[in-house]
Amino acid sequence: MKKLLLSLLLVPVLALAAGAELHLDKAPDRSGDVAALQRGAKIFVNYCLNCHSASYMRYNRLHDIGLSDLQIKDNLLFTADKVGEPMRISMQRADSKQWFGVAPPDLTVIARARASEFGSGADWLYTYLRSFYRDDSRPTGWNNVVFANVGMPHILWQLQGEQVMEVVGEDHHLKLAKPGKLKPEEYDALVGDLVGYLKYMGEPVAGLRKNLGIAVLIALAMLFVVTYALKREFWKDIH
Amino acid sequence: MSCDEKVDCGRRRLLVATATAGGVATVAAAVPFLASMAPSERAKSAGAPVEADISKLAPGEMMTVEWRGKPVWIIHRTKEMIDNLAKHDASLVDPKSEKAQSEFDPPADVKPETRSVKPEIMVVVGICTHLGCSPTSKFKTGAESGIDADWPGGFLCPCHGSTFDLAGRVYKNKPAPANLPIPPHVYLSDAKILIGENTKGA
Amino acid sequence: MASSNFEKFKSDGTLVGNVVEWVDARFPMTSMWKAHLYEYYAPKNFNFWYFFGSLAILVLVMQIVTGIFLVMHYKPDASLNASGVPVAFASVEYIMRDVPWGWLIRYMHSTGASAFFIVVYMHMFRGMLYGSYRQPRELIWIFGVMIYLCLMAEAFAGYLLPWGQMSYWGAQVILSLFSAIPLVGNDLATWIRGDFVIGDATLNRMFSFHVIAIPLALLGLVVAHILALHEVGSNNPDGVEIKKKKDEHGIPLDGIPFHPYYTVKDIVGTVVFLMAFSVIMFFMPEGGGYFLEYNNFFPADPMVTPPHIAPVWYFTPFYSILRANTVNFFWIDAKLWGVIFMGLGVMVFFFLPWLDRSPVKSIRYRGPLYKGALAIFVVAFFILGYLGMLTPTPVGTLVSQVCTIIYFAFFVLMPIYTKLDKCRPEPDRVTFK
Repeated sequence: MKKLLLSLLLVPVLALAAGAELHLDKAPDRSGDVAALQRGAKIFVNYCLNCHSASYMRYNRLHDIGLSDLQIKDNLLFTADKVGEPMRISMQRADSKQWFGVAPPDLTVIARARASEFGSGADWLYTYLRSFYRDDSRPTGWNNVVFANVGMPHILWQLQGEQVMEVVGEDHHLKLAKPGKLKPEEYDALVGDLVGYLKYMGEPVAGLRKNLGIAVLIALAMLFVVTYALKREFWKDIH
Repeated sequence: MSCDEKVDCGRRRLLVATATAGGVATVAAAVPFLASMAPSERAKSAGAPVEADISKLAPGEMMTVEWRGKPVWIIHRTKEMIDNLAKHDASLVDPKSEKAQSEFDPPADVKPETRSVKPEIMVVVGICTHLGCSPTSKFKTGAESGIDADWPGGFLCPCHGSTFDLAGRVYKNKPAPANLPIPPHVYLSDAKILIGENTKGA
Repeated sequence: MASSNFEKFKSDGTLVGNVVEWVDARFPMTSMWKAHLYEYYAPKNFNFWYFFGSLAILVLVMQIVTGIFLVMHYKPDASLNASGVPVAFASVEYIMRDVPWGWLIRYMHSTGASAFFIVVYMHMFRGMLYGSYRQPRELIWIFGVMIYLCLMAEAFAGYLLPWGQMSYWGAQVILSLFSAIPLVGNDLATWIRGDFVIGDATLNRMFSFHVIAIPLALLGLVVAHILALHEVGSNNPDGVEIKKKKDEHGIPLDGIPFHPYYTVKDIVGTVVFLMAFSVIMFFMPEGGGYFLEYNNFFPADPMVTPPHIAPVWYFTPFYSILRANTVNFFWIDAKLWGVIFMGLGVMVFFFLPWLDRSPVKSIRYRGPLYKGALAIFVVAFFILGYLGMLTPTPVGTLVSQVCTIIYFAFFVLMPIYTKLDKCRPEPDRVTFK
């Protein structure tokens, strides 16, 4: 009987959906690295914040990663007047939809939205930003391995260079046909910083959340000791 | 139930210990909820200080700037207007502004005779201290203003008739009890005033 | 214990005593305290499975309190703001970032929703283990199943509020089930939605259901549930009726006053629960994508259907039953059969008190037939739940169909196998196993 029941538990394995497999590279972990996050913020504001808004992220939240109001004002405050304002853009969605086919999505929580069974959202973004290749059949001239027929051109192409899709029999892979301003390792590091920043921007409070969790668990453990002692004391009457 | 002294004391001590621990935990748990009712980042951003550019404000003119949802008047007083300020103390409720403002923290360097940091620039919140209407400007002097022959220029609140002079001071025998409040402000330069803070921003 | 004495508490002369006497002359305070806590005699052999009732009350209170504070900042508005994002979605991110401690309150509420279902499923399972639905406790069970139904509606309405892709499309799928009903289906679906498609009208009425209508119903049902329980007294892991053996004062020999013994024990249970809850809330609030689904971090877009729509984990067993129906029988098409069987899958729980014909209540004294049936039922329930999260495949559908049959067979055949089962005699007094 028990064997029958146990074998029933294995049945779900057979039913695993054969969905589109996606292989994602692991994004480097920049979570404690304030310098990397600041670099990532700079890349984001300079390259992404023209088309993509980050409308839930206020500029002055960047205090978290060690930037002062003055540093924010001098280096990053392009789309607003005051540091307390959110990272909105001036491009109208109706216009961008016409120009690109789809309005570029808001990126504030993109690192949370792109998580899946294949990897974290950061992994997706890290792979995506390094997987553009030249494709003349597309209106922008670019395509992407992770996001087929994406409407976004390769914004960072001058840094990475141009990749092409090489087909050798059954095997498809990307090859760097024209080098860019950065060497591949340098480009990967830059994308790592940007993705680290996007992950931070997705949930700025993540660090505090975890630290608070430890404190709460310690407090609850102490509370457990006292309440359990109290229970034992009263239940002496019963046993 | 028969218990001896030792059991009772032990039980009571444990009860007190647990109740204290539980009480502390409950208070700690309540803090985030109560704190969440404080002004959010959005509210703080909307209430942030506002810069006013007075470089184009001609003598005798007034501009209005919005701060925290309230109109802030900046008046460029002429020499005549400044001189007139000292001439009608007897008709004012609080000519030396001795009563502390109920709202806002005015800059420390405001001079009581002119109620301003610079005599020619008056910065004041344009909300009547009676019931909150916004007074209208009546800068024309004398009978032309429609108020009375001695009117030196100032403001008239249309709701209940309170009058204020060009330093925002309230006249006697009117419903409004206090002078118009002066907002926190600081001069960033001769042409720019930051309204909302008394010190230059961090 | 409806033997409320209405005896007036006589003051001992102290201030507190005087106040209590004043209140008792006007309000049944002390008699309620006695009837429901201090002189409510519960069996002394409650085990692990008996924590979940008080935990359910804890989670209910927690959801209400966190809900009250969330509603201070949340806006049920599907229109787009200046940045092209739906106001409702933006208001949730506002809570997460701009409201002091908003992130904590939001995570408590989202983790609490899943915790509520875990606790309630465990609580219901206790009933199935020990026959807590048997006579004279049928009404407690019925109130309980009604609470479960309200909870499902509450969770469904609540999930729409963040107005993400999963919120929108999950609601789209479920509300379209109503259109499967013949003749009135389409009009009914439009009436529920308040529009021809899911939109602002739907969002706002789900907000009303979630914030006030269903919570009021839940509170009323919980009170009724507890009153019905206290009227007959609690069951216990041995299924023994403790009121059959009383001492000279009329107090059950195996009973202990709920206060202080079970209040003090339930406090420990609460602390342990909060520890497990905190581990999830502080370290994995997304729950691996099960508690806060990843796709819900995309704002709702009526123009883009997600590749994979699945309900939240606590609904997946019933979703599997829905999808398992693939054959058009008689004049009813498969989609409508799916709706019918999904509904029956929940409603069948109402009949449990009358389907169970065993002479004993607790699984401890039942025979191998019931034990086997319950074990297979649990496995089938888990498999259905798991399959409900995946996209359908031919093998998956076949397995769902087998498990659906097992699921219903557990109930439909119960009158037979519980009668045939070889049970052991129940003891006279409770045991501590």
